[in-house]
Amino acid sequence: MSRAWVFGDDLDTDQMVPGRYAPFMVGQDKFHLYAFCDARPGFAKEVQPGDVLVGGKNFGCGSSREYAVAALKKLGVGGIVAKSFARIFFRNCINLGIPVLESGDAVAFARDGDQVALDLGAGVLRTPHGDARLRPIAEFAQEILAAGGVVAYLREHGDFPSIL
Amino acid sequence: MPKTLAEKILSRVSGRDAQAGDLVIAPVSRVMVHDSVIDAVIAGLRDLGDRRVWDTSRVAVFVDHAAPAPSPVVADSHRVLREWVREQGIATFYDAGEGVCHQIMVEEGYCEPGTVIVGSDSHSNSYGAVGAFGAGMGATDVAVALALGRTWLRVPESIKVTFTGRPRKGVTMKDAIMRVVREIGTDGARYACVEFHGAGSLPQGDRITLAGMTTEMGAKAGIVADTPEAPGWLFPDRGASYANELTVDLSTLEPQIAVPPRVDQVVDISEAIGQPIDIVFLGSCTNGRLVDMRQAAAILRGRRIAPEVRLEVVPSSRRQFEDAMADGTLLALSAAGAVIGSSGCGPCLGRTGGVLAGSEICLSTANRNYRGRMGSPDAFIYIGSPYVAAVAALTGVIDDPRPYLEATEDELDALVARRRAERPGRGAASVRSGDRSRELMVAAARSGVAAEIDD
Repeated sequence: MSRAWVFGDDLDTDQMVPGRYAPFMVGQDKFHLYAFCDARPGFAKEVQPGDVLVGGKNFGCGSSREYAVAALKKLGVGGIVAKSFARIFFRNCINLGIPVLESGDAVAFARDGDQVALDLGAGVLRTPHGDARLRPIAEFAQEILAAGGVVAYLREHGDFPSIL
Repeated sequence: MPKTLAEKILSRVSGRDAQAGDLVIAPVSRVMVHDSVIDAVIAGLRDLGDRRVWDTSRVAVFVDHAAPAPSPVVADSHRVLREWVREQGIATFYDAGEGVCHQIMVEEGYCEPGTVIVGSDSHSNSYGAVGAFGAGMGATDVAVALALGRTWLRVPESIKVTFTGRPRKGVTMKDAIMRVVREIGTDGARYACVEFHGAGSLPQGDRITLAGMTTEMGAKAGIVADTPEAPGWLFPDRGASYANELTVDLSTLEPQIAVPPRVDQVVDISEAIGQPIDIVFLGSCTNGRLVDMRQAAAILRGRRIAPEVRLEVVPSSRRQFEDAMADGTLLALSAAGAVIGSSGCGPCLGRTGGVLAGSEICLSTANRNYRGRMGSPDAFIYIGSPYVAAVAALTGVIDDPRPYLEATEDELDALVARRRAERPGRGAASVRSGDRSRELMVAAARSGVAAEIDD
């Protein structure tokens, strides 16, 4: 079981890591310590490996900054379940190997601090208030995730398939 | 099957009959890389097996997001970037002071219409100003595109936005795109391509404003149809299928204001008149061109900005900077009290040059007003056109710019004096209570993750 961190709609990447704490502003070894420093003070200290973020619509909108995802990866976030994701953020998560799953009801079921279980095999997020169904992700994105990210995928396959 | 512009471009580059929803592997004509993500891009290429860029003539690198370097850590990152550019043999390199990547990409002709361009910055949608499919991506996606010269894309559905009529004096295409964001919302074009009709004959700068701000609706790309740059095959087919359609009549459009902290929380300017402002930022890839500076100078020439207000002007490229120097626009703005910054992103993303203190209220011509975007998380950012920015600098409050453009000198003196006298409080402005823009701001703050606001 892992803790659920519940957020609202339109959570932008400036909230995840503000520009003033970008790795090139504070150093590669520190930027993740500022994750959600304004939006959810204490997050970087309290989050445990495997914890799940739950959000509303358009999760991760705004700046393309991959370091917002890199910070979550460094802190060990085990997966993100949201009503919908912003496109660059979604790609960044797949590329860095963080499972991102759409679910219409996760944000209604999960309350902040709940103990939850992300069961990718069964396609559900188990919460104390019910199981939220997860929408399956595209096969190609699944292959990248299974490899552990796009770098690992390309090291394994050498290239993208010529046609999808 | 009739095709949208996105379907046409992605079919052509991928060599298959691509429809919305298909996944394609797309060769890219160019990859744009900027300073603030360079460490992760270099790391990505290294992790891919010490890969070099696939074609040194098709990569463009920019130092613009935090430039000139505001700290030793940033300076070090810029040094690493310059060494990488040299070592890779990349010829297209624009160092600090040359301007915002997107402005240079378009004005220097690096955006080949009808092709796919991957950029490391989210506003790479701007390349649709000249009919290119520009998509912003994260550092690892950019590293992959640099190594392979290709990327994977889901062919987006398209949203058709049609402009009719001509805007009245004092109303700009910035107001038009803010009106579109107001209708479509911050995620209404998520994963989609926004296709603009009725805008192809506008000046290139206006088209950059339109295409670049499609990012704020979640769009993968924003493409202006029927531009002079577009090749003959690049036109939307009659009968192409759209996920959504919107028509905006420019002739009845009012100046628009985005209320913090949401860029889709847009009101007609009449609902925000009187809001005090502490600092005005005129610049960015959205509105940092000669025409924008001229619009501001039309209101500020021969006058001084309000004593409580600061004005920062940051041209979007060296070309825009020098053109504005040559025609006296920058002199007029400087004489009015503006700080003129070197070309680049300026304070738009809160890393350098004129960042905001807690509780300060900014009127920005840029594209984002998220909490913490331009500095302190306790600052507030309103977004508007260059005309609105100039009036805010002159009076210290948000006001409709149109009367200022029509007034005689005496009428203007009276108007400015009245607005300055009405500006509440001394010194730092505060967010007004009891009006719609304030209600929206508080509601947004409560609905999501945004700021706690003391009522």
